[in-house]
Amino acid sequence: MSGSGRASSSGRASGSGVARRVWVVGLAAALAIVVVAGVALCLGDVAVSPAQIVAALTGNADRLTSFVIVDLRLPRIVTSIVVGLCLGLSGALFQTIARNPLASPDIIGVTAGASAAGVIGVVVLGLSGLALSGVVLLGAIAAAVAIYVLAWRGGIAGYRFVLIGIGIAALGTGVVSVVLTRTSITDAQSALVWLSGSVNGADWGRFLPLAASAAVFTAAALVLHGPLSVLELGDDLASGLGVRAERTRAAAIGIGVVLAAIAVSAAGPVAFVALVSAPIARRLVGGGALALAPSALIGGLMVLVADVVAQFAVPSLVFPVGVVTGIVGAPYLLWLLTRTNRVGRGG
Amino acid sequence: MASPVTNRGARSGAASSARERVRRRRLVLGLAGGVLLLAIAFVASLALGAHPLSVSQSLGALVHYNPHDTNDLIVVDKRLPRTLIGVGAGLALGLAGAIMQGLTRNPLGDPGILGVNMGASLAVVVGITVFGVGGVAGSLWFAFAGAAAASVLVYSVASLGREGATPVKLALAGAAITAALSSIVTALLLADTQVFDQLRFWQVGALAGRGWDVLWQVLPTLVLGAVIALALGRALNGFALGDDVARALGQRVGASRLVCAVAVVLLCGSATAAAGPIAFVGLAVPHIARRVVGGDYRWVLAYSALIAPVLLLACDIIGRLIAFPGEVQVGVVTAFVGAPIFIGLVRRRKAVSL
Repeated sequence: MSGSGRASSSGRASGSGVARRVWVVGLAAALAIVVVAGVALCLGDVAVSPAQIVAALTGNADRLTSFVIVDLRLPRIVTSIVVGLCLGLSGALFQTIARNPLASPDIIGVTAGASAAGVIGVVVLGLSGLALSGVVLLGAIAAAVAIYVLAWRGGIAGYRFVLIGIGIAALGTGVVSVVLTRTSITDAQSALVWLSGSVNGADWGRFLPLAASAAVFTAAALVLHGPLSVLELGDDLASGLGVRAERTRAAAIGIGVVLAAIAVSAAGPVAFVALVSAPIARRLVGGGALALAPSALIGGLMVLVADVVAQFAVPSLVFPVGVVTGIVGAPYLLWLLTRTNRVGRGG
Repeated sequence: MASPVTNRGARSGAASSARERVRRRRLVLGLAGGVLLLAIAFVASLALGAHPLSVSQSLGALVHYNPHDTNDLIVVDKRLPRTLIGVGAGLALGLAGAIMQGLTRNPLGDPGILGVNMGASLAVVVGITVFGVGGVAGSLWFAFAGAAAASVLVYSVASLGREGATPVKLALAGAAITAALSSIVTALLLADTQVFDQLRFWQVGALAGRGWDVLWQVLPTLVLGAVIALALGRALNGFALGDDVARALGQRVGASRLVCAVAVVLLCGSATAAAGPIAFVGLAVPHIARRVVGGDYRWVLAYSALIAPVLLLACDIIGRLIAFPGEVQVGVVTAFVGAPIFIGLVRRRKAVSL
């Protein structure tokens, strides 16, 4: 709570330098995504050279190569990236609104609602694929609506929103616990795979709706960037500058919820990306600036790298990507935390 | 807003000292009411269950225990240790939650944030897979060691860098290490079905089947942690003013933070070892307490230490009754009973910020 506020007031002196760093960090993350995606296209049971990838992407490769690259590897890679983008952006929005580095859809109950719906979908209803995505989306939105309605008292205060979210999260987790302890071990195991979050079996049919909805709401979030960074100065100052605090907050929360729901419905509740991306982006950018785009890109990079690790780290064993995100993102955040000696970049 | 600042300010004014006395008398009365509630929950926990007994039967078993009487055996061998562990674990979780929220100055502060729960889970998984331990008593020390090791790791990482273990760094380091540990736990669980089958029940948190042996093993650390915790009110009030003010008031901020962390490890380690990683209680109870007493941590700690065991015992009793003749684990019931209460309280009153 104190950290973001203090850092933003002390680090606002060099405004243009921070703006440049936002670009630098964003471009670096985007470049890293492209490089890792290229490497990921080459890796796998069938080894493919970079030249063949270019040929396949431009439609000049033989049938087999083009099938492996365009139909098997590419959907998985782009799904990872989009899921990560959504989660990173969603986490950044929640943490900004709640002014709390621990606030993320993982903790505020959105993911828990989605998980409860997903576990019921997997174990009780036996769903998979697009039907499961639909149920999960409904669960996430139901949780979000419940939080919003319960937290509404002539406005949404960040603090109350977060606490109500914890309550809803506890309920969702309770449902998951009941299902996991009351079902057979086989069903519990398949529920656990889904609960970890996985992009196994990603295909174009599921990617296109994901990408379209993600694009719409990402654009909406970036439109809010201006009003949100004014809001960081406090409600009074913001309304003095012509920003409607309450409306901006409501819009940001709504968009954050939908982005999280989109990601969870596509890949399951991939953990920690939403929690960790924004703190990493904020520390890289420095100066306590609002870093929506870098957070999103770092989220995308994190899920992409995690999926590559999940596929190839242990030979002959493919983990769900959500198992690895914690191992990929957490050490980096820890390393950033330990070298926060410069003023305004610590916590 | 009853923050410690205004309390202190009010005490200096002679006009408001009378009001302060009334307030304090009311808080003491509330504390007595809490003790009464706890006593009721205690007796109910002895009497109720798959084999219901009357109050006089269950209390009689304590006074003149007859090892050949089935009812006496149920009360003294089964329900009494379970109830005492419920009281102990509840007290520990309530106190640890209050300390974590004060220490990290974060309403989302939770015993789990210091890595305690995930450290315990990982250690229990390793205990089962590598050392082949089984059952509650076997995993107890693994849970404790894992909780302690993870907390030490979180605290040391947060202490690196110039400012030391600031609240935000503690919270973020805890969240990050929890994330990494949880990844490892999930990977191990996915690789080994049998371990998952054991852990899925342990991980929810339960009081069922805990006997005297478990109680005696965790009692020393639990009592030590509770004693330290109850003395931390003044230090936590200092943190609430911000590090600089606390320092100006003569508080040794770094040292008090370390004592807080030690108390949390002792309390959470004991609770998790005894009953598994029960979620939500440690997070919610301090908020409930704060809504009753305001921001003064001396009262928040005392009330948390009473409310949490009452909540845990009540949920345990409900868990025994709703799935008759089976049981629902207390960790599940706390979510379904505690969350609506918590949401109602959060909605009703104006928030007391940390």
